Amino acid sequence: MKIRSIERAGRKAGRALVLPSSIQHPDKLRRAGRRLAGQILLYFLLIGISVVFLYPILYMVVNSFKTVGDLVNPGIEWIPTTLYIGNYRRALVALDYWHSLAYTVIFTSAATLFQTISCALAGYALARHRFPMKKLWMVLIVIAFLIPSHVTLIPRYLQFFKYGLVNTPWAVLLPAALGQGVNSTIFILVFHQFFSSYPRSFDEAAQLDGANRFRVFFRVALPICSPAIIVSLLFSFVWFWNETYTAGQLMGEAQSLLPIKLSSFMELYNNAYASASSGVSQINESQNMAATLLVIAPLLLIYLVLQKRFIEGIESSGLTGE
Amino acid sequence: MKKKENLRPSRRRMSIRMREAVSGYLFLAPWIAGFLAFTLYPFAYSLFLSFNQVSQDPMNKAKPVFVGLQWYKEALTVDTTFTVALMDTMRFVLLSTPLIVVVALMLALLLNRQFRGRTFFRAVFFFPVIIISGPVVNKLLESDAAAVVNPENYLIYDVLRTLPDVISAPLMYIFDNITLILWFSGVQIILFLASLLKIGQPLREAAAIDGASGWQMLWKIYLPFLRPMVLLNTVYTVVLLSTFSDNAVNQKILSDRQLAGKAFSYSAAMSWIYLLLILLTLLVVFLLFRERRAKEGNA
Repeated sequence: MKIRSIERAGRKAGRALVLPSSIQHPDKLRRAGRRLAGQILLYFLLIGISVVFLYPILYMVVNSFKTVGDLVNPGIEWIPTTLYIGNYRRALVALDYWHSLAYTVIFTSAATLFQTISCALAGYALARHRFPMKKLWMVLIVIAFLIPSHVTLIPRYLQFFKYGLVNTPWAVLLPAALGQGVNSTIFILVFHQFFSSYPRSFDEAAQLDGANRFRVFFRVALPICSPAIIVSLLFSFVWFWNETYTAGQLMGEAQSLLPIKLSSFMELYNNAYASASSGVSQINESQNMAATLLVIAPLLLIYLVLQKRFIEGIESSGLTGE
Repeated sequence: MKKKENLRPSRRRMSIRMREAVSGYLFLAPWIAGFLAFTLYPFAYSLFLSFNQVSQDPMNKAKPVFVGLQWYKEALTVDTTFTVALMDTMRFVLLSTPLIVVVALMLALLLNRQFRGRTFFRAVFFFPVIIISGPVVNKLLESDAAAVVNPENYLIYDVLRTLPDVISAPLMYIFDNITLILWFSGVQIILFLASLLKIGQPLREAAAIDGASGWQMLWKIYLPFLRPMVLLNTVYTVVLLSTFSDNAVNQKILSDRQLAGKAFSYSAAMSWIYLLLILLTLLVVFLLFRERRAKEGNA
């Protein structure tokens, strides 16, 4: 067994030694051919997968431009006969879009800002301080991530009800300001990672110059770690925008948040149109798709502009271990 | 004299340490306050609620009545909509999680090559993370926008049907949910990709010189290296899916929270049953993927 394998290895080595130049050329060609085939296969796979990824968006875009006639016509799948914008016009009205958009943007920005500040403070505490029971707090920060919102939702509702905060934005903003927002734990870990990564001597130098720790935090630590701030701002914005479970319950429909309006779009649409034209304008898929696109449009816009920042943010988060 | 000199630096060091601790707690104070008020207290209170009967009016000061395990029993034995919702959701989590992690790993391996347009494809794979939310996914599912391939039109569907259930059910599941599986895998892809980049050229070259094929490199280098990431991504996926707002269970918990006679407490009991199942899942995940050797670094 052993001898045979050694023989085989020898033969292989011998062949490589005996036939150098004559074999080399076709071999190279073959290798190049194989690489090309590999590349083609790779692109084929990637494009196929991308189509699956983007299919729902394409489907939404196409269908949102269809007239009722196009929608029911089985012959028309991908190319509507006309670029009909009536669906958008109706969705804009039913959602009370511009007003809701302004409110959603302001609310989400506030939550984002609050969450970023509280997480940066906590991250700095863990990265640059030694204090008793630090391990315990770090464990609790991770555990906080694992406690799902459906468990805390009902007590939070009762709690906020007592303080008269239900149906006000504070029901979401207050937890965000105290580090209990959407995925706060992730941002604390990201800030911790960034604040630990630059030399301690920077802080110490500033302290020797007479700055107290809060000054050091604002004047030294935060400017150095601006990438972490950007990560936190971007992802907080997106995640608060898309968080409808607790926001829907605690803030309710009194507050005009776009994603929550989307989930009750049918009623909104009927309120806006059914009475006016005596039930003629039944809601259809095109209007649903138009409304969905309108709700995610701001996010798509942000992503188109800042797509690199998002991905770099995850890469540099330190979650991959350094 | 001598004694004094010895004392002074030590006392100063003490005070510096004290000051550092105080300042550390000041920085952490907002989080601690928030944790106690908005996470720990509600967490404990929902456990308390689940064993009691409370008034439907939150302002009512009437004392809660202890009812023991009544709500738990009712949820698990009487309320069939809950058990169905729970089974549905757990199946969704347990089937999707491995698929999402494996798909994310494969896509990361695909992207971990040198080719033109790499950043473009990376951006495409990541983009659903930006827009995925309960209402949006709901609208997509309602309108068939998520059904890319309608497998019923294809021969493969009939072939799958003839297979035993154990094999065909997961395969059918993939076909039915392919878009959702992909849409939930954005963050995981990037995390895998980022840690693949850390394997570094030298190790890969060394393996190539030793004659390792791509397949061998995958099993002997990439996968062992990615083990901690698999753990992190699996935990992340379980948490992501189980807290997704349009889950059958999450919706059930919401819709039943004002039921007469068992307001709030019944929902709290259901949320705890669900939580325990998720924690059990996470425990299994942790036992499967934890580092077996002594810790080398921190993740």
